[in-house]
Amino acid sequence: MSDFILRLDDVHTDIGQYHILHGITLDVPEGGVYVLLGRNGAGKTTTLRTIMGLWRARAGAIVFRHHDITALHTSDIARLGIAYVPENMGVFGRLTVEENMRLASTTGRFNDDRLGRVFALFPAMEKFWTKPAWSLSGGQKQMLAISRAIIERREMILIDEPTKGLAPAIIRAMIDAFREIAQETTILLVEQNFLFASSLGAGVSVIDDGRIAHSGEMSALAGDKALQTRLLSLSLDAHQ
Amino acid sequence: MNASTLFARVGGVNALPVLLMIIALPLIGSYSSWVTLTVAGLAMGMMIFLMASGLSLVFGLMDVLNFGHSAFISFGAFIAASMLALMPGFVGSSSVALNFLALFTAIGVASLFGLVAGWFFERVIVKPVYRDHLRQILITIGALIVAEQIILATWGGNPVAVPRPAMLEGSFIIGDISIEIYRVFAFGLGLAVFIVLYLVLNRTRIGLLIRAGVEDREMVEALGFKIDRLFVGVFMVGSALAAMGGAMWAGYQGLISGALGGELMILVFIVVIIGGLGSIEGSLLGALLVGLLGNYVAFLFPKLSLASNMLLMMAILLWRPWGLRPALKL
Repeated sequence: MSDFILRLDDVHTDIGQYHILHGITLDVPEGGVYVLLGRNGAGKTTTLRTIMGLWRARAGAIVFRHHDITALHTSDIARLGIAYVPENMGVFGRLTVEENMRLASTTGRFNDDRLGRVFALFPAMEKFWTKPAWSLSGGQKQMLAISRAIIERREMILIDEPTKGLAPAIIRAMIDAFREIAQETTILLVEQNFLFASSLGAGVSVIDDGRIAHSGEMSALAGDKALQTRLLSLSLDAHQ
Repeated sequence: MNASTLFARVGGVNALPVLLMIIALPLIGSYSSWVTLTVAGLAMGMMIFLMASGLSLVFGLMDVLNFGHSAFISFGAFIAASMLALMPGFVGSSSVALNFLALFTAIGVASLFGLVAGWFFERVIVKPVYRDHLRQILITIGALIVAEQIILATWGGNPVAVPRPAMLEGSFIIGDISIEIYRVFAFGLGLAVFIVLYLVLNRTRIGLLIRAGVEDREMVEALGFKIDRLFVGVFMVGSALAAMGGAMWAGYQGLISGALGGELMILVFIVVIIGGLGSIEGSLLGALLVGLLGNYVAFLFPKLSLASNMLLMMAILLWRPWGLRPALKL
């Protein structure tokens, strides 16, 4: 029980009149990268947004460590130590890189060591420190979104499709960065890029039509082409 | 160098009020009339800026359409008029200190009322209808009707005279140019408020949160901040500024009626739209343009004066659909 940092138990979420999550049950172990895979529209993003309280679970329970966070306000969930990097990155374009990072720091001040480590992971952040975020490239914006999530030590980081639209060279840099970040925190990663996901994740769950269709070791899924085809079908080929 | 580069180099949209002033000079012909009209336009612009800046932030931060904003303008005007009427000794005194005391008491009480009423309005009327534009429009218009009836019941249907402190009566005379003292004061107060707002928004953590919230309030919450609390604060300050603008307007007009809020609200909406949502710099630019153009056109083409600001809004929206300096694009 205590090995799991986050547990979802039969979570149902509606968006407007549509029933999107049909009872998600998910146990995310403490530490490392846990991957949530699935086709477009399967419910991956909805799952992350429901965990963050941005959409409300109609039924079921979400437990983070020993806190039932199902009905908590998004800001209270964040204050428990969960950072969120949305699919659109959530970067404040009219704010500078520094201001974006400052907002993510609880006190509004930076720890020099910590900032040094962020700069070492993403040198572009130091280079564009005083520039408005809208002037960054797509990859740099993603780096800023992730830098913001790690400017303080978090218990857990939820990241939604960080490689979407990025060049292969940047994706390789991301893999290194994520490996380092996962040394100190738990990452719940939503991905469609199977190569990226399988190079990072230890555990994996596959969502299909708002339900968990499979959970297990990433190595097992990576080695089983038939299982990949059954669970992810065309979406896999399209993203490899 | 092409036209757009040249335009950007001379200040871009920020230079528009200056450009308007320059264009108006040869049309008006007389230098002294031009100075008088320009000062009047700038003063009027600053008063409208006070009324519009809060509304723009409320729009930008929470996407809330508050048609009841004009109630704060009206209340501010009537409360200031009543406060000044309660202090005839101070208002009519030859002592500048007593004049100032009367004036700042009137503006202060009006603004304080706006602050408290803004809190009540937000909690009771606006909060239940967050993220529902149709209900926002209906309930805030309903609240406006109630507020207007309260004003009618309290101050009556006849126009109310507003005593003006003695030191603000009269004009500065420079050669053949006459500049009303009250207009200079209104401009100075508006400018001071703009500078304070600018510094708060750009130099403080609260300001950083407001600017971020205008862009993406969901992300601000995901970073651990309660945007609702921030919004109440912005709403209260916005209402207080509307009341301050109303108080200043009352002194400017000298005679006020219950229709004042509704009449000004049209200008306030035009300013918010042409300035761009969520941006106080945009509100200032829009307000100065509306104030200047209103005065110039009333002098040059009196029959067009009602239509001039609508035409200005149409022209700017055709050129920049998001307004001059929007903080966000929807």
